[in-house]
Amino acid sequence: MTGPVGIVLGKELREALRDRRTLLTSLVLGPLLGPLFFVLVLKLTLEQSVEAQDEAVPVTVANAAAAPNFVQHLRESGLAVTLQDGDDATIRGWIQAAPELVVVRITEAYAERFQAAAPAVVMVYADGSRARAERRARRVQEAINRWSAVIGGLRLQARGVSPALVQAVVIDTVDVSTPSARAALLLGILSYLILLLTLVGGLYLAIDATAGERERGSLEALLTVPAPRERLIYGKVLAAATMMALALALVTLTIMAALRFMPLESLGMSANFGPAVAGSVFAVTLPFALVGAGLLTVVASFTRSYTEAQSWLGVVMLVPTVPIAIAGVLAVKPAAALMLVPSLSQHLIIQGLMRGEELPVVWLALSAGSTLALGLALTWLAGRLYRREAILGG
Amino acid sequence: MIRVTGLGRCFGAIRAIDGVSFEAGDGRITGLLGPNGAGKSTTLRVLYTVLRPDAGSASVDGIDVVAEPLAARRAIGVLPHAAGIYPQLTARENIAYFGRLHGLAGAALNERVAQLVAALEIDEFADRRARGFSQGQRVKVALARALIHAPRNLLLDEPSNGLDVMATRSLRELIRGLRAAGHCVLFSSHVMQEVAALCDDIVIIDHGRVVAAGTPVGLQRHFGAATLEDAFVAAIGDARGLE
Repeated sequence: MTGPVGIVLGKELREALRDRRTLLTSLVLGPLLGPLFFVLVLKLTLEQSVEAQDEAVPVTVANAAAAPNFVQHLRESGLAVTLQDGDDATIRGWIQAAPELVVVRITEAYAERFQAAAPAVVMVYADGSRARAERRARRVQEAINRWSAVIGGLRLQARGVSPALVQAVVIDTVDVSTPSARAALLLGILSYLILLLTLVGGLYLAIDATAGERERGSLEALLTVPAPRERLIYGKVLAAATMMALALALVTLTIMAALRFMPLESLGMSANFGPAVAGSVFAVTLPFALVGAGLLTVVASFTRSYTEAQSWLGVVMLVPTVPIAIAGVLAVKPAAALMLVPSLSQHLIIQGLMRGEELPVVWLALSAGSTLALGLALTWLAGRLYRREAILGG
Repeated sequence: MIRVTGLGRCFGAIRAIDGVSFEAGDGRITGLLGPNGAGKSTTLRVLYTVLRPDAGSASVDGIDVVAEPLAARRAIGVLPHAAGIYPQLTARENIAYFGRLHGLAGAALNERVAQLVAALEIDEFADRRARGFSQGQRVKVALARALIHAPRNLLLDEPSNGLDVMATRSLRELIRGLRAAGHCVLFSSHVMQEVAALCDDIVIIDHGRVVAAGTPVGLQRHFGAATLEDAFVAAIGDARGLE
């Protein structure tokens, strides 16, 4: 590209790519590390929920000889029981050495009290500050409670009382969340992450090329070259959009690579983010880069300094998330009309692509068309703003 | 050749310049002298087309700066008050960027940049990034940038601001060299010695108006003053802003 637009575009990109700090924040920290971090959290969440469902909770029982039937019940409740004798102090020592250990100690008076139909005491030891130990202890307690209820019922029956009498209310909890549904929710955040990190990619260039240029005092000289001002600003908007496209490519590739290491299949989900989907996500989101670049440039051109621009743009970055949030709250279903809303249309299409859905071509066309139209309008507005004298500031 | 006639410009309720008229001829150095806030920068900004006047007219080589701003910009080289350059580009790249925006390219561009690098003694730091440049180095690069398209007319806003003695001396040499080559040099300053040392013509501005104009000798004679400084004080009424 030649002419002022191309010359400015080339120069702004050259400067941005040379500035290590800009590169780090625009391309490395956000688009590269962001998805990696997210996928890592997702992976941990998934592994834990898989484990929580299938795990045979290991539990150590001390003084088991005093209650053979009780221990047998624990085994039948799906707990992996280990027998090892020890007193209170020894058990505390075990847990200090292995914090995720759960220990059940059958007290010395257990057998005697059990025979006398008095409450017999068992102690459950677990480190409550450990999420995993806490979860295991709960499983153990549930098993003990069931045992207690069974024995209590038998005792009542032996005395001619129906056990149902002591159960005034019965809770029947229906947990409809499945790990895969939770994972799908987390994956939904991915599309939002893609849009946000795309914006981050062009943030520094947008500030530097506008507020930064004015603050450094090079803007006035630039405005004395024989080129219409709007052409100069178009070059700057395009440069920011190019950085955003770069960030978008990086974030898409990173997600594609990172999702390969996800245990999605074990939950009956397809990790639908192969090269074809990644390419589609990139193509669908690309027009959004122009909206982002135009928006940031317009806002930055109102600010008086680099720091002021930074704080404003921090807020403006959230603007594209507003339609997504509203649609999320209202739980809207994807529809052709929604494809006219930039950022929301990309969000919905990316989600559809990840679910492997067949999307109407009209939707894609509407999304690309409306987003490009808004991007061009913002770019034009940025050009208009740069024709004002006030752009010099001071 | 720069001609300014009855130029006026308000910022809100403030009249920054009010009927400024003067001429700056080719092959001459013309100084706009006045205290801070007198209207020197506003006058220059109208001339280099980043501000529009609300009264009067200004032309460069006969080109009206309001009617034909692009053509006027081709005829002038500008060193604005804040002569910032791009920190991530080398001195040479900074100069070449403006060359491209002026329509130069390829061998012609490289040759012109090389000429300026030699003429302004930029060689030593030509290929270093501008990030750590001293004020003197920055002004040299900004000046080379202003001269890249070989303009007939030069507008310099307080060019010696922040320069040390050696840098100021070499700047003066350069400005004299441009005069010898037939350029029209118009610069603003609030420093009396600078204007006295360089200028063929002096335009004294105060409160947005031209209060006196002429050659240094002519001004002294007009005010019956022994020195240019006395003439300046007589012209603006007191010694505000003198250095």
